[in-house]
Amino acid sequence: MRRAPARGTRRPDPQYAGRALHAEWTKARTAGSTIWLLLAIIATTIAVGSAVATATRCPAAGCGQDPAKVSLSGIDLGQAVVAILAVLAISGEYGTGMILLTLTAIPRRTTMLAAKAAILTGLVMVAGTVAVLGSLLAGRLILPGHGFIPPHGYPLLSLADGPYLRAAAGSVLYLNLVGLLGLGIATAIRDSAVAIGIVLGLLYLFPVAAAAVANPHWQRHLEQIAPMSAGLAIQVTTGLRGMPISPWAGLGVLAAWATGAMLAGGLLLRLRDA
Amino acid sequence: MTVTPYQSRLREGPYGFADLLHAEWTKFRTVRGWIIAVIVGGLAIVALALAPGQQGSCNVSSCTAPVGPGGEEVSDSFYFVHQPLSGNGSITVRVTSLTGEIPVLTQGAAMRAGLVPWAKAGIIIKASTSPGSAYAAMMVTGSHGVRMQDDFTQDMPGLPGAVSATSPRWLRLTRSGDTITGYDSADGTHWAQVGTATLASLPQVAQVGLFTTSPGYLQTSLGEASVSGGSVATGVFDHVGLSWPSGAWAGDNVGGGGGGSPGGTAGSSQAAGTFTITGAGDIAPVVAGGGGDVTIAQTLVGTFAGLIVLVVVAAMFMTAEYRRRLILVTLTAAPRRGRVLAAKAVIIGTVTFAAGLVSAAIAVVLGQRVLRGNGAYVYPASALTQVRVIVGTAAVLAVAAVLAVAIGTILRRGSGAVAVVVVVIVLPYLLTVAAPILPPGPADWLLRLTPAAGFAIQQTLIQYPQVTNTYTAAYGYYPLPPWAGLAVLCAWAALALSLAVFLLRRRDA
Repeated sequence: MRRAPARGTRRPDPQYAGRALHAEWTKARTAGSTIWLLLAIIATTIAVGSAVATATRCPAAGCGQDPAKVSLSGIDLGQAVVAILAVLAISGEYGTGMILLTLTAIPRRTTMLAAKAAILTGLVMVAGTVAVLGSLLAGRLILPGHGFIPPHGYPLLSLADGPYLRAAAGSVLYLNLVGLLGLGIATAIRDSAVAIGIVLGLLYLFPVAAAAVANPHWQRHLEQIAPMSAGLAIQVTTGLRGMPISPWAGLGVLAAWATGAMLAGGLLLRLRDA
Repeated sequence: MTVTPYQSRLREGPYGFADLLHAEWTKFRTVRGWIIAVIVGGLAIVALALAPGQQGSCNVSSCTAPVGPGGEEVSDSFYFVHQPLSGNGSITVRVTSLTGEIPVLTQGAAMRAGLVPWAKAGIIIKASTSPGSAYAAMMVTGSHGVRMQDDFTQDMPGLPGAVSATSPRWLRLTRSGDTITGYDSADGTHWAQVGTATLASLPQVAQVGLFTTSPGYLQTSLGEASVSGGSVATGVFDHVGLSWPSGAWAGDNVGGGGGGSPGGTAGSSQAAGTFTITGAGDIAPVVAGGGGDVTIAQTLVGTFAGLIVLVVVAAMFMTAEYRRRLILVTLTAAPRRGRVLAAKAVIIGTVTFAAGLVSAAIAVVLGQRVLRGNGAYVYPASALTQVRVIVGTAAVLAVAAVLAVAIGTILRRGSGAVAVVVVVIVLPYLLTVAAPILPPGPADWLLRLTPAAGFAIQQTLIQYPQVTNTYTAAYGYYPLPPWAGLAVLCAWAALALSLAVFLLRRRDA
């Protein structure tokens, strides 16, 4: 016969993490905005990717275009929606005061944050995979009509092709890391508007600044440390030698940013009053 | 003993618009974080201007291009066979051929037969042989027919079509005081006036003669210069007719044959009244096209950082009302909801305009000094243009802030409002200018239709149809003129504001 533990004891609950996960899943599932934001990730990514693919032409061999990068350019916009989803996952609780209830129910704050990260990662993984596969499918259908044909050096987009598989899987990981970056920053900042401003600033400002810098040495360094420029190196399938950073190292830079943000957020969450 | 009953010192309503402005200003001013954020936004603009990492890369030939009569920098190099003309007179010539050489597609110094669109051969009346001096010229061109051009920026079309031995072109220039008139003809008997030019700085004795020149070859692919290099052209002239007794002809390679052009082949030969002149270079304004040359817009790269900060503040200025339920008090005190929103827009617009104006002015003035100190070549812009860029940047920030207030009212969520405004303004810029992934055509449409069009206010480069160049946004040439671009941004803000007023009136707070 199982006996419920006596109240007030501090016995470790073996299912503590599982319950935290379940609680976060319930919150994510029942929040009205979640499903719309997930659909928006898919819709914006595929729409922008298809639009850019429709606008791109490869008139002759050596046109210097990268079909994977073109098809997946919707990530530029999709990541903003991922950032909103991530920021709202925790800032929403601060906005409504729900955080007090959450932390009363799950006093181990890092566990709570880890559960949030896990649920967010799961959601973004699903939406991101659909978005990336949809974008590549759109590219596969659109690009051959625009000169991306074998005589011009472009075989049909296929996941069986190593570089394309890397671009596809890497783009899903990229979206996940952007989500964690957003969650970490939002945990540290708490206010949703400020947090989203910082996340989008980190993502979009580096490429703008890098383009403005004429000195190629500086430009290279900026592109090596920028979360977006470095992270999106994972999408590159042509002209890899000229890249300032290799695909996986680039994704590693974004991972470092996300880890830093999560550590800062977790630390502040532990140290501060809610 | 009487007790005076409490009476509020505030006067009773109804409140006018000035009271609403005062209320909104009080709300803004008393949130310390917002004031700090506005200062931070301004500092971001200044900070990025002072540390842009630009270093010496003077790509314009020797960094000091000659200056034309209008004050603009020009390239002025061509092969000139000339003699002096004192006072009034006219010169007539027949051009029977214009051929040339352009670089081959692969690297190296090899050349193939070909003609750049703006290769020029014709007659010119010029103040002197020094580069940058005033002139008026009639010419045949590679693929733009007969043109009359004067003082570098003026260009008038004449007879269309290419020149050949079977279809020659007759050209005539007549000087009468300061006025020079150009004529063209296909047969030497039926003449048509192409245009007139008034050259105020033309001396009594001008240099008159024949010239040939050929600007750099540029093949673009997807908006990027894929092949570029010097080109050379050869013009053949005969039936040279002068209204004065002909003196001795002198040959001069004005301007040294043009930067990097194969000027070594420039020269002329004369046999039995037929002149064959080979030249390279251009008689045209200098245009920017990639390279390490920068414009003053470069000093304002921090606009984007400042924009994001100010957009966050502006969105919160509205959404904090919903978050804290202050909106209930606000709308109770001022039931006319449209005016509340108008007051908010005026306050946030004024604050961000002021912050933007100060920081943009500092950025442009000090940033140019830093760039020049680092040895970077900054394309000159007149004082009026600089004022337009500074005021326009402040206006872009203010209108973006008003847009954020409007979107904040529509969405009632700070995060959504910030994300929407940042994405619609910064992302199109990123896709077309900073990290262009779109080809020039669709990129131009994006910069015509999206709120990112507002950044056209920062452009200082002028697009000259008579100069071949990569006129794409990535090189600083926006598809819309400066104020039209700002108007597009304003239209978006007005649209969002109207929708916000509509929803604010219709919905429960």
